[in-house]
Amino acid sequence: MTSVTTEIAGAPRRIRWADMGPFIALALVVLIGTLINTNFATGTNIANVVTRSAFIAIIAVGATFVISSGCLDLSVGSMMAFVTGVMILTMNRLEPTMGANAILVGAGFGLIVGALCGLLNGLIVTVGKIEPFIATLGTMGIFRALITWMSDGGSIPIDRALRDPYRPVYFGNVLGIPLPVVVTLAVVLVGAFILYRTKYGRRCMAAGSNADVARFSGVSVARVRTTAFVIQGLCVAIAAICYIPRLGAATPTTGQLWELQVITAVVIGGTLLRGGKGRIWGTVAGALILEVIANLMVLSNMVSEYLVAAVQGVIIILAMLAHRFIK
Amino acid sequence: MNAATMPVSATALARPALRAEGLSKAYGPVTVLSDVTLDILPGEVHAVIGENGAGKSTLMKLLSGHVAPSAGRLLMGEAPVAFPDAAAAESAGVVLVHQEILLAPDLTVAENLFLGRELTRGPMVDDRAMSRRTAEVLASIGAHCHPRDRVGSLPLAQRQLVQIARALLEPRTVVIFDEPTAVLANDEVAALLDVVRGLRARGAAVLYISHRLDEVEALADRVTVLRDGRMIGTWPAGLTQRAMADLMVGRELGTLYPPKRALPAVAPQLVIDALSVEHGAVEASLVLRPGEVLGIGGMIGSGRTELFEGLMGLRPSQAARITLGGHEVTHRSVRDWQAAGLVYLTEDRKGKGLLLDEPLATNLTLQALDSVHPGTRLDHAGEDRALDRAVDAYDIRVRNRHLSAGQLSGGNQQKLLLAKVMLTDPAVVIIDEPTRGIDIGNKSQIYDFIDRLVRAGKAVIVVSSELPELVGLSDRVLVMRGGRIVAELTGEAITEQNVVYAATSGEKQEAGPHDPAARTHT
Repeated sequence: MTSVTTEIAGAPRRIRWADMGPFIALALVVLIGTLINTNFATGTNIANVVTRSAFIAIIAVGATFVISSGCLDLSVGSMMAFVTGVMILTMNRLEPTMGANAILVGAGFGLIVGALCGLLNGLIVTVGKIEPFIATLGTMGIFRALITWMSDGGSIPIDRALRDPYRPVYFGNVLGIPLPVVVTLAVVLVGAFILYRTKYGRRCMAAGSNADVARFSGVSVARVRTTAFVIQGLCVAIAAICYIPRLGAATPTTGQLWELQVITAVVIGGTLLRGGKGRIWGTVAGALILEVIANLMVLSNMVSEYLVAAVQGVIIILAMLAHRFIK
Repeated sequence: MNAATMPVSATALARPALRAEGLSKAYGPVTVLSDVTLDILPGEVHAVIGENGAGKSTLMKLLSGHVAPSAGRLLMGEAPVAFPDAAAAESAGVVLVHQEILLAPDLTVAENLFLGRELTRGPMVDDRAMSRRTAEVLASIGAHCHPRDRVGSLPLAQRQLVQIARALLEPRTVVIFDEPTAVLANDEVAALLDVVRGLRARGAAVLYISHRLDEVEALADRVTVLRDGRMIGTWPAGLTQRAMADLMVGRELGTLYPPKRALPAVAPQLVIDALSVEHGAVEASLVLRPGEVLGIGGMIGSGRTELFEGLMGLRPSQAARITLGGHEVTHRSVRDWQAAGLVYLTEDRKGKGLLLDEPLATNLTLQALDSVHPGTRLDHAGEDRALDRAVDAYDIRVRNRHLSAGQLSGGNQQKLLLAKVMLTDPAVVIIDEPTRGIDIGNKSQIYDFIDRLVRAGKAVIVVSSELPELVGLSDRVLVMRGGRIVAELTGEAITEQNVVYAATSGEKQEAGPHDPAARTHT
């Protein structure tokens, strides 16, 4: 029965150009930036751009899990503000007794709060069987209202005594690489490992690709999706930890419209919005593209920087159109 | 064949309302209907019967303009007609009443009837005129709902009548029913048959497709039988249900199937006692022994698939008691069953079986991730070895193993799906439609494979719509109708005729699966 058609060539997988899209786009944007503005390609500016993109990149790694599993999380921006507020309040409360160690304990607490926020989203979606869009639209409002209430409409500044010890987390560097970039790299590597190399990652893709097939194959789609939301919450908390020393306060506008940037980064990175295909490195390229474009708008006078969100909105729509027409 | 089963020539009768001549339909190289000639006379109910896949649906779609014929023509009266789409057929007076209920549940009865063709007065919709007209149509078919009732709040039978009312809003000369009673309980069926009789009395030409031969016997003036896409003939009223079942089957068993095995007298492997599945099975009980193939027959919609999806915990269900290998089963999920040694292979290969965009290896191991990959990490080398073994054991033929499952042929997909569920070496295998839509070579390989399984002492359940397959493979056959197991066939009694007879006829049918109220009262 071993006929000629039974030809199992172990041919190596060819590089698919479609998967290279986000990286080519990033290279193009950088090239254009270098051509139109001499200040763009300077070392300090590049370092600045990459560092600023860290928050979106970290949160977008979590979003890659949520979207791959077939869901969506609109609450990330508000959740980020809420977790930031809770962390600062915790650190300020602990500072008199613990000194600088309050930062560590506060950060640990922030991770727990982030995970719980994600768990809340996940349970509403999976146990409550509510559309992710609606569920996270609701929690988006809840988190935003909580930070506004906690700050009484103003701002929650971090204790002066903590500013100096906390400062290096955003402004410091390891071997010349800014610390937020190191953290991003770590998150991305762990994320890529989980998504591509573990059974959980496989189940996550299966749930997003076809939830029925996953169910019929004994995969607990609810558990997989809930876990994805928890990963998202943890990523938000990690981003919040890096974010606090940058401005030293949480305000009702912290993280505003970040959900737009995060989802845009994921989508232009090549992850399918309907689930089933996640591209962690593409997501990072997506976050960088957004930050480079925003940076160019600030550097050059062609378009007002107040229109950054508009440009990002245009990008996500163009990316979705491109997805459709390339298919 | 006795005199009662001789075909009649229709040309001697009245002038037909709609006539098909040499109607054929092919999709690419696959002919699904060939050379059908029949006519529907005013004031008659003309029934079309046949097995699943005999071409009934295609015929209806050709007659009602939903699908264009590859050859042949349609005539109304003496004049040839062509229906480029369903709207053209409807304006010529030919309408198809669909099997599924296609109504907007949140709109009222009147709004549904006039959806897309609202009556207007100036710029406003004329609610009063539409309600009046709706009430007339409802009264004419004996429906008791109100034009302003919300469709979603009506019982299923009333919704079916609303669907019929929608089809009859305009004057029709030809009305085609596609299994209108498939979703109805028994008393509701009687009411619907009266509606059809009413149409006939008013001179409409009715084409009636049904799986339920008792209805056909009660209703039809003439019966046309299709088999394998061909027309077998047209008979006048008076055929018994048994004769109809014989005509629907009428073929010889080939040598495609492995020889039957001797039934071992051993303790049962799987015992199901009174399993009821929501919208599916009603108190189904069965016993499965190691070394046997248990066939499950029944028409589409008889609750076969629902029964086993319910068993697997994929649908809400409850059972009095289920044991596997003598142990009582308490937790029913795909995972628990697999750990206990029972797997289910879905009938819906593309929708529920395989991730079409993913490569072979991913699909192969999805159901057995924990045994192929013992740690948290994926063991790609182990996965490749598993794929090697599967490709070998199941003769999956691929040019390149990095292809996605969707790029395989149907036969190779089916073998991959089989390899996937067999990866944990289960003792009980439930295969729903083992060979749907695959070619004869692959079919025969799958039959051999099933034979090897039972000879190795495994227990296999085969759910199949293909009668030759069911009869050829099974050591024992259970037939389902209306969610219940209505017959058990063994030995010589396993014939296509007996399966069809049990699946379609039966004088008194108990309350169907769609009538949970009736279940609690019994």
